[in-house]
Amino acid sequence: MSNSKSSTNMHIDLFREQILAAAKTKTPLSIQGGGTKSWYGNANTFTTLDTRPYSGILEYQPEELVITACAGTPLKEIETALAEKNQMLPFEPPYFGETATFGGAIAAGLAGPGRISAGNLRDFVLGARILDGKGQDLSFGGKVMKNVAGYDVSRLLPGSMGTLSLLLEASVKVLPRPAATTTLRCHISQARALHLTNEWAGQPLPLSASCWIGSSTDGDGELTIRLAGAAAAVKAAIPLMGAAVHAIELDPKAAEAFWTNLREQKLPAFQNLNSNDTLYRLALPAACGPVTIANMSDEIILEWHGQQRWFTAPGDDATFVSIKALANANGGHATCFKQGANVDPTKQRFTLLSEHTHSAALEAVQARLRASFDPAGVFATSRLP
Amino acid sequence: MIPMNMVTPLPELAAITALQSKLVSALRPILPAHALLWEAEDTIPYECDGLAAYRRMPLAVALPETEDQVAQILKICFDMQVPIVPRGSGTGLSGGAMPISQGLVLSLAKLKKIINIDPFTRTAVVQPGVRNLAISEAVAHLGLYYAPDPSSQIACSIGGNVNENSGGVHCLKYGLTLHNVLKVRGILMNGEIVEFGSLAPDSPGLDLLAIVMGSEGMLTVVTEVTVKLIAKPKLARVIMASFDDIEKGADAVAAIIAAGIIPAGLEMMDKATTRAVEEFVHAGYDLEAETILLCESDGTPEEVAEEIERMTKVLEQAGASGIRISQNEAERLQFWSGRKNAFPAAGRLAPDYYCMDGTIPRRNIGTLLRRIQGMEKKYGLACLNVFHAGDGNMHPLILFNGADQEEWHRAEEFGTEILEACVELDGTITGEHGVGIEKINSMCVQFGEGERESFWGVKAAFDPEKLLNPDKAIPTLNRCAEYGRMRISGGNLPHPELERF
Repeated sequence: MSNSKSSTNMHIDLFREQILAAAKTKTPLSIQGGGTKSWYGNANTFTTLDTRPYSGILEYQPEELVITACAGTPLKEIETALAEKNQMLPFEPPYFGETATFGGAIAAGLAGPGRISAGNLRDFVLGARILDGKGQDLSFGGKVMKNVAGYDVSRLLPGSMGTLSLLLEASVKVLPRPAATTTLRCHISQARALHLTNEWAGQPLPLSASCWIGSSTDGDGELTIRLAGAAAAVKAAIPLMGAAVHAIELDPKAAEAFWTNLREQKLPAFQNLNSNDTLYRLALPAACGPVTIANMSDEIILEWHGQQRWFTAPGDDATFVSIKALANANGGHATCFKQGANVDPTKQRFTLLSEHTHSAALEAVQARLRASFDPAGVFATSRLP
Repeated sequence: MIPMNMVTPLPELAAITALQSKLVSALRPILPAHALLWEAEDTIPYECDGLAAYRRMPLAVALPETEDQVAQILKICFDMQVPIVPRGSGTGLSGGAMPISQGLVLSLAKLKKIINIDPFTRTAVVQPGVRNLAISEAVAHLGLYYAPDPSSQIACSIGGNVNENSGGVHCLKYGLTLHNVLKVRGILMNGEIVEFGSLAPDSPGLDLLAIVMGSEGMLTVVTEVTVKLIAKPKLARVIMASFDDIEKGADAVAAIIAAGIIPAGLEMMDKATTRAVEEFVHAGYDLEAETILLCESDGTPEEVAEEIERMTKVLEQAGASGIRISQNEAERLQFWSGRKNAFPAAGRLAPDYYCMDGTIPRRNIGTLLRRIQGMEKKYGLACLNVFHAGDGNMHPLILFNGADQEEWHRAEEFGTEILEACVELDGTITGEHGVGIEKINSMCVQFGEGERESFWGVKAAFDPEKLLNPDKAIPTLNRCAEYGRMRISGGNLPHPELERF
């Protein structure tokens, strides 16, 4: 991603026109790809900027471990191309629908089960080409693993939810698929699951993902763990870890379906959200034990060795306030991930920087940062506060 | 090591002295006497960092011992509008800690406590002055370590690592500082204490931790770092493969990755380097090989056995002329000793060496090495090539005699041409050493005006008054315009009439 802007493109010109027109009238644009995550983040009714016309893989050489693609490229197309060369996106981005795009995945910044061992989506972003709020075509980072020239602007975009600039292209690091994968399952309590997964994570074992689903009241549930790596390492770990908890090995097909359904939130525990309820997400430190909230669903889901937790509870403000307080007291934060049909769509769904410990002064930094990329507020949808 | 040929002319002495005494009297009440230096004989060790060619004397040097003292220093300097250059161990290779004549050097070296180690959550909370290697040493008994291992890890501090986003020989598999730091506590220039990131997997708002990493002391002063610890592999073994052709060696690197293997380390040395280091360490390197590859595998014994077998096959297919596999830990360290001692070995070949740090896509390694061979003739200077082949991070060492002004200028020109070649080959001017003051002109080549303007926007978001290390990493518009004129008007070598071999 050099600074030569030779690749002028009709679609980019049209994006720029739309941005400049919005800047003139000071009305924000809501950037959208396949719209599969349109329910995520604070609601807005602004005009949409559709990224999908700018689509396609621009460069992919498996031995470089890097793929560069346009934001509008279907995520499916990217993962298919990688799978053909036995490679993958190690952070396992959720789709939440067939039409999910590469750009949408980056803007949402979400990661699947492998996040706990492989790292977050932003860890893998190497470079980005953007249009800022002035319509400037800018490139940051690059296509190489190690690059410390200039501030790492491309890594600000993951999770920014379209509130900073329009992502045109991104270069992302990819990895080979693990040579071997096995899934084990056992019946254990929440407290023990939290303890064991963290203990295993501190040992040289090929633990790649974990998920505990069970009851928040009596603490009873099922732990599923995924081992992935060199065939010999996985083979050696199975008896070691399996014996500790009397685990059974899952059939590979069933195992794959489980991890996919977990990532896509298609497991029964995620389904049937009551119209007055919200699906809450807690991001917590590894040290955090079981937590409970008044009126929370009996069934809860723990991922990432307990660092990501899901449950449903009433969607009213008072409930969210108490959940935020609980998360903050434990050193984490809370999000209203998905809201039921009757929950007020206009409410703030995120923990604010001002509500987070030692972060209040960062509100001003963040506001100045957004203003410098987007002085007219073209991307100021507040989808992410 | 390099002569003082970059000393910037001092502004008017009287004004400087006045400002100095004003600053010193403001800082005196909050710091113990030994923690504030301003006499030239005391501040001279701070006139440069690991890149000794760039030197300047600061107004004063402050060595606070607590976070509270750091915050007070920042507030005082903010009120007086005195710029600050934060400094860790001073091992940086790009002049990022070079003082500002009318500014304060803020050394974090005395904040060196390990605050907490938690084996259960695999984290350590440390102060910025803690040395990189000291973290791994402190947690070794728990079977854990801190993965990023820059060559200077014995001396360099974690605060410096955060500010440079340091790498090392194992970052292809284990990542950079960015991938191994969970939280940074820092103080903004206005004295406000903030935390970037958290112990949770993500934090509210934009990912500001990502932009603080590698920001070369320009956005915040780091006072505490929470690092990720990982399980120490049970075993590591290394393959040493010889190639009779540089191109074949470079292709072998690509072939290993294409085979789906991520080695723990994948390093390359050219013939000139092997010969230089062999004389120094007697590691038993193949002196006839045009290039030597070191490929390390780590993990459980089963894992390592499997990977070593797969890598050996790939290297044989890629045409290796010789392969040796370390049979024990002593031999593994022996194989690595040459790579680790490449810099001191270079120091035996010439009075001085100039270390570059560009990164290019792996497929262009052969092309760049050929171009460097051409440049050796053009500039009449020899160059050793040792590098992190796995991630394309090159460290050409240009040999020269610093006592000769003209030769240093040639070395500088040589380096600049290598960096420009890296940009042209789809890479970057710095992979892990940072821009600092050294590569600030090359930033004009790698980035356009729009990008550079955005960088200033980022800077202003954190430090609107531009007081934190303001003359580093990001060139001003004027500077780039000036540099552009200079390059166009010749980029000519001094004394072009001389032959150089």
